[in-house]
Amino acid sequence: MGNIFLFIRRYFNLIVFLLLQWLSIYLIVHYNRYHNAVASGYMNEITGRVNQQYAKVDDFLALKKKNQELQHQNERLLNIMKQNFEVPDTSTKIVTDSIPYDTLGIHRKWIYQAAKVVSNSVSAQNNYVVLGRGSAQQLKKDEGVIDANNGVVGIVTDVSENYAVVMSLLHKDSKINALLKNDPLGGGTIVWDGKEPNYLSMINVRKSIKVAKGDTVFTSGITTTFPYGLMIGTVDKVEPDKSTNNYNIKIKSTANFYNLQYVYVIDNYQREEINKLIEKAKSKINN
Amino acid sequence: MSTLVKNIIRFILLILVQFFVLDKVHLNYMVTPYIYILFILWMPFKFSRTLQMILAFLLGFVLDSFHHNPGFHAAACVLVAYVRPFLINILVPHEGAESNYEEPSLKSLGGFMPYLVYAGVLTLLHNSWLFMLEALQFGGVWEFIVKTMFSTLISIVLIIITELLFSRKQQFRTNTV
Repeated sequence: MGNIFLFIRRYFNLIVFLLLQWLSIYLIVHYNRYHNAVASGYMNEITGRVNQQYAKVDDFLALKKKNQELQHQNERLLNIMKQNFEVPDTSTKIVTDSIPYDTLGIHRKWIYQAAKVVSNSVSAQNNYVVLGRGSAQQLKKDEGVIDANNGVVGIVTDVSENYAVVMSLLHKDSKINALLKNDPLGGGTIVWDGKEPNYLSMINVRKSIKVAKGDTVFTSGITTTFPYGLMIGTVDKVEPDKSTNNYNIKIKSTANFYNLQYVYVIDNYQREEINKLIEKAKSKINN
Repeated sequence: MSTLVKNIIRFILLILVQFFVLDKVHLNYMVTPYIYILFILWMPFKFSRTLQMILAFLLGFVLDSFHHNPGFHAAACVLVAYVRPFLINILVPHEGAESNYEEPSLKSLGGFMPYLVYAGVLTLLHNSWLFMLEALQFGGVWEFIVKTMFSTLISIVLIIITELLFSRKQQFRTNTV
């Protein structure tokens, strides 16, 4: 027994060192965004506050550019308004239905909420975007995030009272279902290889699909996170994978991760219902 | 200024500079300079080794919290704090120099070269351990080597510049205190 104490006293520093290293590596390995969001909420709130102060200065410096971007977006939105289209033929008259729009909002599926970016990174291997909007402002977990030009940015993984953490597309666990515009059969998964920001890879695309440089890639809408047709990027390079029957496709993302400042968070009103249904189906199979 | 206040101010300033200035620098989108480990390099000699490691862990953990990726910087910082006393033992010019000065600097380590070795070895250790832990998730040996080499070079240059700009007055104390 005495020898043990002697040993501990003698190698106390080494033991502390090994303990702290073990703790760090434990944090790295077991820190899964989807499972222990609660513990990190407190830290989010603190770092979020500091980040917000910084974002104020940063915003001011980028005002001019953001103005232009907003102007472009307004232009695009104005151009798709209904009164801009006129049908010359009198036989087709636009008749307004008595209830064309559900005023109670019961049929609404997607809703867009604006949010400000307070912190963002691109250089790490796992990148997160922090938004200055949290559970107190009706933001929830697993919602999709897009930028001002409708380019997919990521998915909300962690929400505290006033801030939310978004796993950006530049993250090793980020997986998003995507479609190729030119070939309706061309589906695949968007991942990041950790090398270059703003460049993603699309995997699981069969070689029978027609792909060319410049093709548009957009969200498939088969998940509850993103609606159909949000742009993810354009094809930059196509390489056949020698060992499998798939292509390796390099994609230039639509969202510019270097200067994200204003984003939109998409909430799905029917997510809970869908998830409940899936749970029910699963439990039926298990029994 | 007391040692405690000085170290607290250093801790906060270095974290803020590291996260809000240097981490936004992406030379060739992979090289990032690190100078926040100056907090560990400048820790007083008289701190016990256990305390040094715990402080280093805290430093790394706070920076990790800003990055929302706990563990990476903390692991690297703890390694630096563990190796630091061994390195000082080798580099300090003669017996008892640790008790004559308060903390490591150009003067107390006895010149430019020893300080360069001191800062260089610890920075290299920090960067290689940090990038190795990151590389384990993605792979990519070549990127790991390039990243470590260039980040270390830039970090050392910045550390030396900081050392020369903010020269700390180190008065010689005798052993008889």
